[in-house]
Amino acid sequence: MNTLLGDNLGRKDPTSQRWLLRGVTLQVASGDRCAVVGPSGSGKTLLLRALSLLDRLDEGEIRWNGKTHHGSSVPHYRRQVVYLHQRPALWEGSVEANLRRPFQLQLHRARRFDHSQIMNWLAVLGRAESFLDQPQQELSGGEIQLVGFLRAIQLDPSVLLLDEPTASLDLETAMAMEQLIDLWMAADAGARAFLWVTHDHGQANRVANRILQMKQGELRDG
Amino acid sequence: MNTSYLDLSLWQVALAASLILVNAIISIALNLGLGRTLILASLRTIVQLTLVGLVLQTVFQWDRWYAVIGLMAVMTLIAGITAAQRCKRRYAGIWTDAILSVWASSWIIMTFTLLAVMKGIDSWYQPQYAIPIMGMLLGNTLSGISVGLNTFNEGMITRRREIETYLALGATRWEAGRDAIQEAVRTGMIPIINSMMIVGIVSLPGMMTGQILSGTAPMQAVKYQIVIMFLIASSTALGTVGVVLLSFSRLFNAEHQFLPQRLKLPGNPP
Repeated sequence: MNTLLGDNLGRKDPTSQRWLLRGVTLQVASGDRCAVVGPSGSGKTLLLRALSLLDRLDEGEIRWNGKTHHGSSVPHYRRQVVYLHQRPALWEGSVEANLRRPFQLQLHRARRFDHSQIMNWLAVLGRAESFLDQPQQELSGGEIQLVGFLRAIQLDPSVLLLDEPTASLDLETAMAMEQLIDLWMAADAGARAFLWVTHDHGQANRVANRILQMKQGELRDG
Repeated sequence: MNTSYLDLSLWQVALAASLILVNAIISIALNLGLGRTLILASLRTIVQLTLVGLVLQTVFQWDRWYAVIGLMAVMTLIAGITAAQRCKRRYAGIWTDAILSVWASSWIIMTFTLLAVMKGIDSWYQPQYAIPIMGMLLGNTLSGISVGLNTFNEGMITRRREIETYLALGATRWEAGRDAIQEAVRTGMIPIINSMMIVGIVSLPGMMTGQILSGTAPMQAVKYQIVIMFLIASSTALGTVGVVLLSFSRLFNAEHQFLPQRLKLPGNPP
């Protein structure tokens, strides 16, 4: 059982000193399927970035299973709690090269790229094996999101912080992606959880068992 | 060294300076509108070089270690400031980083030069050697540092999403910044490596030419030039690595967070 706790999180715009995120408290436990909805600019992305420790906070703290993480333990924390950018960056090379790249990192060096697992996931997404050979620069915006997603889940995180993961996908592929996230959630004996930022209330109702509203940097259960 | 060179009189200098008329005539004939600029450039050439001559003359005659060290310190400071100024995007502390890198790299190499390579000169600080060599070291180290720093800082902006993706996947800040560090150090070091490749083939280096003009035997001048090339290369390498690592430590913190918002274009409000 894992818990991710954001306690009274606050972040100011360094220039205007305006609060971008304030008094945000939320807990995500294993099995939680949270959707975060709210207007553009309400701080949804900032919340995810804060939870993945990518930004400095002006207030509050983040606890993973009761502990805060600083310094050299931050990468270990980010291995458990992975933030997926809305537009993930891909490196030059094929899809497969991009999927293999994280295993060069010290943290993942003990693990191996799992070709058959990736093939199973690609089948859910309706892609053939030849997708792995496609060069990065020929991918569409939606395909880039797929690669970014596969690249993240193959590392077995415990919590996924998803920032509009289906924004560039057609409806069919978006549904396939939702199905894949279901599969991912079901594995590892229910120890996993996600926080999913979306504009689409229909999607929020479909994928989540908890819906959170962001408004002007504040969070409320909705 | 012998002094078998022609002692230039002021008239001879004035004669050469009158060649500025060539530029003036071209400017007028083609309506280039360069008149004022030409006058300013000519005056600056004469005034700046005369002032440097006076300073050097004084320091050479005075021949005290603190005068030499003082002059070298001023030169180093100016080199550091210039390196930071040439940078398109700056962060708070860039001046410190540039000055520190120029200082450490050139003075380490200079110490080695004066105490080991140039062993046998009258005193360890003999201005005739210390000051021109320092000038050449600084000029080249400064370019390496400014090119390296600029490449690194620009890379931080263009690679922003790549770096954040790396960090989000569990990379340390070193892993996330490594590509940008390598690119910046390589770019900073390429000019000196290129000039080592072509030296003597495409052009004769200024110092060697100067020594030959003042009567030094060509082979002796060549030896000096070889020494200088290696001093410059090592100082540039040290300075470039130093400044890129300092910049890295400003743009990434110990929490493995990337802080590109610290980079500002000068002129924009902070």
